Amino acid sequence: MFGWEFPPHILGGLGTASYGLTQGMSQCGNMDITFVIPKPWGDEDKSFAHIVGASQVPVAWRDVNRDYVEQRIGKVMDPDLYFALRDHIYADFNYMRTNDLGCIEFSGRYPDNLLEEINNYSIMAGVVARTIDCDIIHSHDWLTYPAGIHAKQVTGKPLVIHVHATDYDRSRGNVNPTVFNIERDGMINADHIITVSNLTRQTVIEKYGIDPAKVTTVHNAVVPLSEELLNVTAQKPKEKIVTFLGRITMQKGPEYFVEAAAKVLKNNHNVRFVMAGSGDMMDKMITLAAERNIADRFHFPGFQKGKQVYEMLKSSDVYIMPSVSEPFGISPLEAMQMGVPSIISKQSGCAEILDNVIKTDYWDIDAMADAINAIISYPALYQQLREDGLAEVARITWDKAGQKVIDIYNKVLNQR
Amino acid sequence: MKAICFNFAIHQPVRLKRYRFFDIGNDHYYYDDFLNDDIITRIAQQSYIPACEALLRMIESTNGAFRCSLSITGDALEQIEQYVPELLDLLKKLADTGKVEFVAETYAHSLASLFDPDEFAAQVKANCERIEALFGRKPKVIRNTELIFSDEIAPQMLAMGFKGCITEGAKHILGWKSPNYVYAAASAPKLKLLLKNSKLTDDIARRFSDTSWDAYPLTADKYIDWIASTPAEEQIITLCMNLDTFGGLQPASTGIFQFLEALPRFAAERGIEFWTPSDAVTKLKPVDTLSVPYPMSAADEARDCSAWLGNMLQKEALRKLYEAGERVRLCEDRRLKQDWLYLQASDHFYYMSTKHFADGAAASAFSPYETPFQAFTNYMNVLADFLVRVDEQYPLSVGNEELNALLKTIRNQEQEIETLTREKESMRQDLEQYNIEHKNRPAAEAPAAEEKPKAKRRCKKADKKA
Repeated sequence: MFGWEFPPHILGGLGTASYGLTQGMSQCGNMDITFVIPKPWGDEDKSFAHIVGASQVPVAWRDVNRDYVEQRIGKVMDPDLYFALRDHIYADFNYMRTNDLGCIEFSGRYPDNLLEEINNYSIMAGVVARTIDCDIIHSHDWLTYPAGIHAKQVTGKPLVIHVHATDYDRSRGNVNPTVFNIERDGMINADHIITVSNLTRQTVIEKYGIDPAKVTTVHNAVVPLSEELLNVTAQKPKEKIVTFLGRITMQKGPEYFVEAAAKVLKNNHNVRFVMAGSGDMMDKMITLAAERNIADRFHFPGFQKGKQVYEMLKSSDVYIMPSVSEPFGISPLEAMQMGVPSIISKQSGCAEILDNVIKTDYWDIDAMADAINAIISYPALYQQLREDGLAEVARITWDKAGQKVIDIYNKVLNQR
Repeated sequence: MKAICFNFAIHQPVRLKRYRFFDIGNDHYYYDDFLNDDIITRIAQQSYIPACEALLRMIESTNGAFRCSLSITGDALEQIEQYVPELLDLLKKLADTGKVEFVAETYAHSLASLFDPDEFAAQVKANCERIEALFGRKPKVIRNTELIFSDEIAPQMLAMGFKGCITEGAKHILGWKSPNYVYAAASAPKLKLLLKNSKLTDDIARRFSDTSWDAYPLTADKYIDWIASTPAEEQIITLCMNLDTFGGLQPASTGIFQFLEALPRFAAERGIEFWTPSDAVTKLKPVDTLSVPYPMSAADEARDCSAWLGNMLQKEALRKLYEAGERVRLCEDRRLKQDWLYLQASDHFYYMSTKHFADGAAASAFSPYETPFQAFTNYMNVLADFLVRVDEQYPLSVGNEELNALLKTIRNQEQEIETLTREKESMRQDLEQYNIEHKNRPAAEAPAAEEKPKAKRRCKKADKKA
């Protein structure tokens, strides 16, 4: 598998989903999974997959001894694997910027020279593909499609790509042609495409012109939360708290949340709104809240990480995700795990599998305001959504998703 | 001797419009007139009217051997009067044949029997009065909303003067017993119970057009054959269904109307009669008593009340609604009273059911809402406004009993004023009388003095005579 993010060092939902899926597949048994990520930190969970760091894969020959390798990268890679990989360098990449071990350095983030990193990742994939024997290649999201295609060309093994998002979601339709081409190239070369929702499947079929027969939806799931996270303590203010958690970008529809908040506050003053996260639209949102004259009740605590997220959820009464276009959207599931009733837009992939949430159109601020007000005013609705939501989300597990992916693998392998 | 007892129900709730929370306190009209008009008109055209015409033909062609019963809720009657009066004429024609019995229902198709006995009594009474006014017949048998029945409800029904009650032949109550007899209620032995035969009812209402059913296609011949082949002692087959089964649930294209109209002929061949519920309860003696400790209904596989009381949303909404019951009955505002009835329709709570997440989409098919949560939110917003209006009439800070006392005082005031006025009048009269008497006393001599000349004159006359 080729991926870009892997917990605990994650930047968005991609890492969480990749991790959960890999774990779920290993639970189904009889799987030997190698997961390639740009830059491992050494604290990843290696119990169900071999983690290979692209930053440790040599693409140029260096005469180094075992002890040196052990001392340099022993924390994240077995030296034996390093030498095995070194034996499979397929071209001279000395012209690239390589380090003392002949490896290309990756940031593992989304830097400005992302396209260059994607290309380097693909070069590195050639070495990995020649070294590690596999039956199937699985690429997570567009960043790793070129690597997947390269590996497929080298090994002749089938390629499955996993579409966690498309550029149509990220840009509200104004796609970046380069990204679009990389995505479409991946889809055309793939033997099968897995999408995280029917919504995304439709985008893949309609916008990228892909044969529907080779696109299958496998909905994401959630990993059960640890006791520690479930029992985090949080301060509960007098007022009801309505929370938005996520990148404050066009895709997430933050302005609709502000407008809905303004409507709620007209009639109900016993409520505060929180927009946690950061993003390019944050300043605009702060201005909008001020314009609507609700700044005293509308708060921007900034980016939350790790445990803070769960503390934030714990103190919330309503979670809201008004995304304009959300391929899946794992965060409402997390909110439900914390027992927070959620309002999600119908344009979110997770709306396809969730029953115990309130669904509105992202643009329907009246309905959204109504839903917020209903949850905070009618305790029965809160209780019902909370309890049935907990039960429902407990049934959405990764092993079921993993099994579906394995079935797709078998189908693809049998087609050959 | 066997008989079929048909009961056809007509009910349509008055559906609510999308009512946002910012409408609370600003907008006091809650109903989606367009939707209600559309639905009742469509169902009337597709189902109620052709079905009533079919029943009329059946009665005429059998010279009155075909008999059946109808129960119509107040909600439905009001909508029929408003939107499809031609149906009302047809119903009157049916009533005029004398072969159709009208069975009492709750006015609002409500769950009042489970929460508020006073309201239940009031609604049944209102419905009976409406039926009598329109069709000139007083119901003698009752069927509660969705056939809900329990030991607690039975004595109330008897007290209202009903001889019999139609209810569900639920398996968990009957056990090995057959529904094809008349039973008596354990808690009110004078109340006779007619039990719906679920299997034979569902054969028509649900399975008629089901091509995967092994008995498909169902013909009148076959159906009557099934009834005739029940044990000879079993005398009464009670079949309860919504009238919109014919032409609605089972579209006309399935041949349901032909099936219905063919029933009397085959029944006559097999010596099976058609009775009204009143016929059944007068002609037959109960074979046993039946105890129903927990309320049963006709809904779902469980035949209990969980379709309306299954989750927290429904319980909360019903609790909030019926908490206001006593208060609303004190009010005299007509619009408020009407809203109170419309808001009680059990349908509103049915839309809030989350049961269908698990077992099929039965509930959601009839719901005007996308999700049960939307149904709840909308209903609670409307209810919130309604309660505000009730509060405006009589603030909730005043306790019910205190209020009752105050109201009694107010209502008695008029009488009291009248008595007081009368008292005042009589006092005044007394006083005048007294004054007159008093005035008279010093003046008593005056008339006496006047009398003297008269007396003198008389004396003179007497003298003259003398």
